[in-house]
Amino acid sequence: MTHQDSDIALRVDHVSKSFRLPTEQASGLKQAVINWTRGIKGYRDQEVLKDISFTVHKGDFLGIVGRNGSGKSTLLKLISGIYTPNSGSIQVHGKLVPFIELGVGFNPELTGRENVFLNGALLGFSEKEVEAMYDDIVEFAELEDFMDQKLKNYSSGMQVRLAFSVAIKAQGDILVLDEVLAVGDEAFQTKCNNFFNEIKKDRSKTVILVTHSMESVKKYCNKAILIRDGRIIVNGDKDEAANLYTQENLESLNSKSGKQGKIGTNGHPKGLNDTVPLLRCVPQSKVVLTSQESFEFDVEYEFTKQEPFFMALSMLDARRGGIPYDSGTMKMGVGGQGRQKMHFSLPLRMFNNGNYQITASLRVKDPADEDHTNMVAFTNEENSCSFSIREDAKGTDYALLKYAAVDMKHDGPHGI
Amino acid sequence: MEQIKERLVSRYRYSWILLKELVKTDFKLRYEGSWLGVAWSVLKPLMLFAVMYVVFVRFLKFSDGTPTYPIVLLCGISLWNFFSEATTMGMQSVVTKGDILRKINFPKYITVVAATVGSLISLAINMVVVIIFGLFSHAHFTWRIVFVFLNIGELYVLALGVSMILATLYVWFRDMQHIWEVVLQALFYAVPIIYPITMIEQMSPEHGKTIAKLMLMNPAAQSIMDVRHNLISPENVPTVWTMVNSWYIQIIPILITVVIFGIGFSLFRRYNYKFAEIL
Repeated sequence: MTHQDSDIALRVDHVSKSFRLPTEQASGLKQAVINWTRGIKGYRDQEVLKDISFTVHKGDFLGIVGRNGSGKSTLLKLISGIYTPNSGSIQVHGKLVPFIELGVGFNPELTGRENVFLNGALLGFSEKEVEAMYDDIVEFAELEDFMDQKLKNYSSGMQVRLAFSVAIKAQGDILVLDEVLAVGDEAFQTKCNNFFNEIKKDRSKTVILVTHSMESVKKYCNKAILIRDGRIIVNGDKDEAANLYTQENLESLNSKSGKQGKIGTNGHPKGLNDTVPLLRCVPQSKVVLTSQESFEFDVEYEFTKQEPFFMALSMLDARRGGIPYDSGTMKMGVGGQGRQKMHFSLPLRMFNNGNYQITASLRVKDPADEDHTNMVAFTNEENSCSFSIREDAKGTDYALLKYAAVDMKHDGPHGI
Repeated sequence: MEQIKERLVSRYRYSWILLKELVKTDFKLRYEGSWLGVAWSVLKPLMLFAVMYVVFVRFLKFSDGTPTYPIVLLCGISLWNFFSEATTMGMQSVVTKGDILRKINFPKYITVVAATVGSLISLAINMVVVIIFGLFSHAHFTWRIVFVFLNIGELYVLALGVSMILATLYVWFRDMQHIWEVVLQALFYAVPIIYPITMIEQMSPEHGKTIAKLMLMNPAAQSIMDVRHNLISPENVPTVWTMVNSWYIQIIPILITVVIFGIGFSLFRRYNYKFAEIL
């Protein structure tokens, strides 16, 4: 589909941005003079964004995703005109309303009403225009009885509601939102959800949303970009961006297994000890998978005592909670063989979308009860491994088990 | 062309909306939580006046002997108060609004203008008090009052220019706050406010006149003397216009004002895009 230039809401063209980070605290005349006389720069340049280009069309709902420190917020501030790019250009067509933070300029000493007008003015709305939106804002925030109270007497939830309502009711063409979705109680969340669904359909409004929630990206956005270390990695496809983002996060979790985490008082990381100095799960396949695939991983371990021991694996559901699967105790023979590893393959055909974690534990027979085992060691957060299932088929997000996994039967309806 | 015009209109529309709202809230907040509220903007200079009157006029006998001296003193204090408050608040305005600056893009000069306009409102209230007092203390109101608006306008432009220089420097160097406090104190004594300028002239028969004229080259001194002259006492307050004969010397303080404003304006314009990154 080709777009005409008049359809473009925002064009970011080869934008780069670097910051000068002071190497010493130089916010004083003395330091400035010292640096100057010694010929020291007193700062170093850090490149935050490198050659960023993308286009947003009118009516688009663009998600910007990326890990912390990837440059998302800087990009948002450049788009909002708060920062100026070192090179490249940014063109905005239409009224852009930025929400880098909700309730900018909110003052606790002013009443709710006065704050709405101040916030409105900062966003570029005249008194008359705010007056026109005012009732809507108050109604949406459900704060009719509190508007003449000072803001300092509001609960934090009420303040956020008011700020968010101003944001939502602000009549801009382009809304720029920075991680503002997770506010308010459940009822308010539902309202926000409805609002986003509505704005998604509205072709005259353009939304640019920075978020860490891949769920919202998939739900609201029609486009997404993924940023890593100041560069665009994915430009356009929201599923690709969301999946790659999930994978990046899992990889960083899994890659920590090399470090084994913080060393505890016994000279071993949490969960390990002299008997079991090594126990970790290492992924051997992709970590973002579909249910047709299997998750392949190795468990590396060392059991130093010359006695029989056992292993147990658990699969944790990070989003829904609980343990969907447990391997039971597996006989491992006798220890003292040095470092060993064992390969596992976990078929995923029964499971729906989710983030899962595999943890392993080594166990020995309970001397008091032959039928039980006691845990000797376990994999901590760093030594466990994580994977995700991502599919687009209908109904794959909600329940843990696939329809086919349970295959519930029913007959036709009849009276009771 | 049409697009450029539209752009200009929309740009200044935003500035205007913002300026109104910032001045309004700043004014509300200034006296927030105080018992007497806005009355303080009248009471404070009156109390300062009372202290200075007792110390300098009654005790140290600083007076030019005219019956209008007390009201001239009050007027001078109000004007100086404006200048020192406007420049101090103006200097800090960008940094105090830093929180907003980092979240929203808006014309930064609005913060400085809003802070100085706030002080200007206090000055207006004070001037009303001066006029009321003047009615009871031999002030001679003449047609010259129309010039007062020009004189106060000049003082405002000077304060705005100084504020823009200071505000820009203050973003990088917080030392400015302390430096400016000292400079203000020095300036206060360099301007004939608590003492009459005739006192300087009488101090030394040969150089007194020259020193007095030099002091009036300071635009703050010149405009404050002008306001007193034009508003209260055309007979008893000398100004640069009555003391100096050549026009090219007379306009020096005005030129200085224009130059300071020019420096402030271009300095601010050159660096304001960086404020959000530094703060």
